[in-house]
Amino acid sequence: MTKIPVEDAFTAQAAAPPKKTVQMPVGVPGYTLADEAREIPASEPPVWPINKDLKYVGQSVQRYDGMAKAAGRARYTSDVQLPGMLYAKFVNANVPHAKVISIDTTDAEKYPGVRGVHVIQHVLGNAVLRNPALDPVKYPVVRYAGQPLAAVAATTPAAAEEAAALVKVKYETIPFVVDPAKAREPDAPAVFPGPADEAASAGGGGGPSDVKQTGNIHGPSIHKRGETEQGFKDADVIVEGHFVTQVQTHSALETHGVVADWKPEMLTVYASTQGTAGVREELAGFYKIPLTQVRVITEFMGGGFGAKFGAGNPGVVAAALSRKTGAPVRLMLDREEEHLSVGNRPSSDQLLRIGAKKDGTITAIHLVAYGTAGCGTGAGCSGPASNLYKSASLHTEESDVFINAGPGTAMRAPGHPQGAFALEQTMDDLAVKLNMEPLDLRDKTDEHPVRRVERQIVRESELWKSRNPVAAADRGPVKRGVGFAQSVWYRFVSMGSSAEVRIHKDGSLEVMSGVQDIGSGIKTVMAQILAEQFGVPPSQIAVKVGDTNYAEGPQSGGSVTTLSLTPAVRDAAWQASQKFLAEIAPALGATAGDLVLVDGEVRSLSGKIEPLSFKRAASKMTSSQISVQAKRVPDYDPKKYLTYGGVDVAEVEVDTELGRIHVRRVLSVHDCGRPMNPVQTISQINGGIIQGISYTLLENRLLDPVYGLMVNPDLEQYKIIGSREIPDIDVRLVETYIGQSSTDASGIGEAAGVVSIGAAIGNAVYNATGVRIRRTPMTPAVVLAALHAPAQGKELA
Amino acid sequence: MSDSRESIPSSTEIDPKTTAPAGSGRSGISRRGFLKGAGLTAAGTALLDGVQGFTREAAAETTHGVTELGPGPVQVKLHVNGVEHTVEIEPRTTLAEALRMHLGMTGTKIACDRGVCSGCTVWLDKMPVNSCMTLAIDAVGHNVTTIEGLSSSDRMHPLQAAFVKHDALQCGFCTPGMVMSCAALLERNPNPSEHDVRHAVSGNLCRCGTYPKIFAATLDAAGTTRTA
Repeated sequence: MTKIPVEDAFTAQAAAPPKKTVQMPVGVPGYTLADEAREIPASEPPVWPINKDLKYVGQSVQRYDGMAKAAGRARYTSDVQLPGMLYAKFVNANVPHAKVISIDTTDAEKYPGVRGVHVIQHVLGNAVLRNPALDPVKYPVVRYAGQPLAAVAATTPAAAEEAAALVKVKYETIPFVVDPAKAREPDAPAVFPGPADEAASAGGGGGPSDVKQTGNIHGPSIHKRGETEQGFKDADVIVEGHFVTQVQTHSALETHGVVADWKPEMLTVYASTQGTAGVREELAGFYKIPLTQVRVITEFMGGGFGAKFGAGNPGVVAAALSRKTGAPVRLMLDREEEHLSVGNRPSSDQLLRIGAKKDGTITAIHLVAYGTAGCGTGAGCSGPASNLYKSASLHTEESDVFINAGPGTAMRAPGHPQGAFALEQTMDDLAVKLNMEPLDLRDKTDEHPVRRVERQIVRESELWKSRNPVAAADRGPVKRGVGFAQSVWYRFVSMGSSAEVRIHKDGSLEVMSGVQDIGSGIKTVMAQILAEQFGVPPSQIAVKVGDTNYAEGPQSGGSVTTLSLTPAVRDAAWQASQKFLAEIAPALGATAGDLVLVDGEVRSLSGKIEPLSFKRAASKMTSSQISVQAKRVPDYDPKKYLTYGGVDVAEVEVDTELGRIHVRRVLSVHDCGRPMNPVQTISQINGGIIQGISYTLLENRLLDPVYGLMVNPDLEQYKIIGSREIPDIDVRLVETYIGQSSTDASGIGEAAGVVSIGAAIGNAVYNATGVRIRRTPMTPAVVLAALHAPAQGKELA
Repeated sequence: MSDSRESIPSSTEIDPKTTAPAGSGRSGISRRGFLKGAGLTAAGTALLDGVQGFTREAAAETTHGVTELGPGPVQVKLHVNGVEHTVEIEPRTTLAEALRMHLGMTGTKIACDRGVCSGCTVWLDKMPVNSCMTLAIDAVGHNVTTIEGLSSSDRMHPLQAAFVKHDALQCGFCTPGMVMSCAALLERNPNPSEHDVRHAVSGNLCRCGTYPKIFAATLDAAGTTRTA
């Protein structure tokens, strides 16, 4: 047999990729826009001008699937109903910490309608012991109330639920701890018998695995830059604060879940996921089957916010039940399970000190943070302290504290709302101490060019001008205040992101990728890119996503989707258009080099042929279909523009008698590279602000210290912001070009308000009342306690 | 039967998130959780006080002369989006379950299954109700309108068009419930203020945080909606 020299071909290609030098717009139009040179692969499409010179990209094109959603036609995972489908229900632990002695499924198996029972032998999500031999082997140790132990599949949801209640579990209980402060004490019950780690998901989160563990304290993870001891000696002013934030649950309206259909030749899984690729990978890995035998489909997805990566326990267990019963199995969590077992935003307990010179130059930042991600890790929150401001020295120490509660996972800008809540309130303190304007202090210490523009927009706003620089100036019981805070997020590129573009002979166009649209609108953006290339309205482009049968898409976490995938879509569209022109040229009596595709017409540069519409031109194709698949090309200059900005201003009214904080108005100024579709981007920023207010004022996962159970695993006692509490939100998108890819798009999901709005509210409350609240949620009880604290204690809520 | 229908107020004063036809004298809209908690034998039975639409065989007479249903499946007629459907359901089946599982109308979403998020909002005679808190048998004799019935094949409801125009949706899971609550508001108040819209969706949760655009879309649609 002849061996094909595949390696040779690859090395040759990698060795000398032809390059070209182009000029790209870089900066903020109206402020700093200028051309910068980039050396880019020669195969890349021509550089796009800024948005005002494009026809479809950068416009607020209607959401591609808006009508399907508004009409109730959109089919979510929980809507999938396959012939012969069974309904599965978990059996969950009702104690917070125990060894499982036995699981008796006899009665459940005999229950009418039951087709299969599965006992879990390998639970996912919890931190994993470095030495697994420390745990008994037969059943996983229960580390939180709500941990799934088994599952039942039956012909109706009611039968499954009733049969699940008949499964008898014998426990040998172990002392538990659910209070993070108690868990830090040396004699606290140990959640794990030895060091244990939880890896990050595609959405981030997770903790370091190279740190020590003492009792329940996993860490610290220490990062140092310069000498903070010297930094504080050099400081003219030192400010510090102790900040405490609560655990938040993602609470997407569609719970986690899958429909698994395991046939001998193929496992098909409909999943409510932020990453079709990750679900496939985990299932193939877990069951040791090739990736080719797992297909994951996500047509529509009802919210994830970081919690929906991988197959998880629902995916693995539904697949097991489907294999066992030979029928498709739907396993959707109920609302209580959603709160308990599929992730949360970890808490934080932070001591933050900042030293500065009289002119605002920061000499030292010192952060010591503890936080709990339950029986997982990932409570680190040093991102803002490490990345927002220039400081002569920096020292951060972060530790996870294990408690007997469900494992944390990535949640919208992991660690950053917590970290920014502390950092940005402490910066506000520093401004007060230095008698500086909060914006001027940032101008002094923040080098980010786009945030500088954003602060300028704030400075010129009516809202900021209306701020009384004197705190607690209002005389009445309801006091108004305005506060400012900044956010930061990072540019992550998912390099495998790919898309395929097809041109059909009838002039119809389609674009396909495994990417899932989690509500941020990537489908619309993909349609816009093809529309721009071919001059056809976006509504006429067929967009097909959410299926691992297509080219691999990015997993939607960490604000990677748009910036990772859109260059691949544009490259595929561009290359397809070039192939198309070459294919039709002979029929037109022209050369490919003479033809261009402009505004939906094929034109000849030499004027030799009359322009003809794209559709008519397509009829000249010699093949029935032109197909091009393209993969993400690396950023053109990966050393530059590594972070995004975003600043927020909140106006609050504090009722000092009732302790109620009312957020009246928000000004949200954010950058996301080239805004691909402003209306969708603004929707995401509204959402970040609203989730952030909800986190700051209302949400709280409450655990009962006596029983170790969550007391509010629902949506009435776990309070989420509703329509009456929504402020007027004024979003200003700062169009920014950084010259990094063929679309020059960036991300917005994480930076969108959720990072900074909490501190903006805290600073506004200080501006209103002269009292600083360093604890979330800022419930009336917390506010009143802070307002009525003895004078010397006023600084600490 | 007609008594309970006539007792539904139709003025603008109704709290839009009432889960049952107000004034209905029946135990009708009991918490499903209560029924479940009552145990398997009791859970399946529900009193029938003269509601038409049940086939005779479905019901068994008791010695007290009260007709009981269940716990096994009974045949009932549901009037949904102008079409009469005959379904076999256990009496404990909620309207949301009947719509989604028995009639294949999955536009109605179940997100909390206990009347908190209003993702399952449908109309009973133009009155928005949480269908997860309404037993299907209590919908017998009423006109049920779901998100699928709001627009016809050739005419999109102006509110749905406005939702798309204003991008009043992100993941879209709360959207059918939001649309049903806002459309019901426009039915009883064609010229709502923003305050009215906030009130109308005060029981509808949207985790993506799309509220500002929902307010804008509803106010915009009000300009184009004819008085009911």
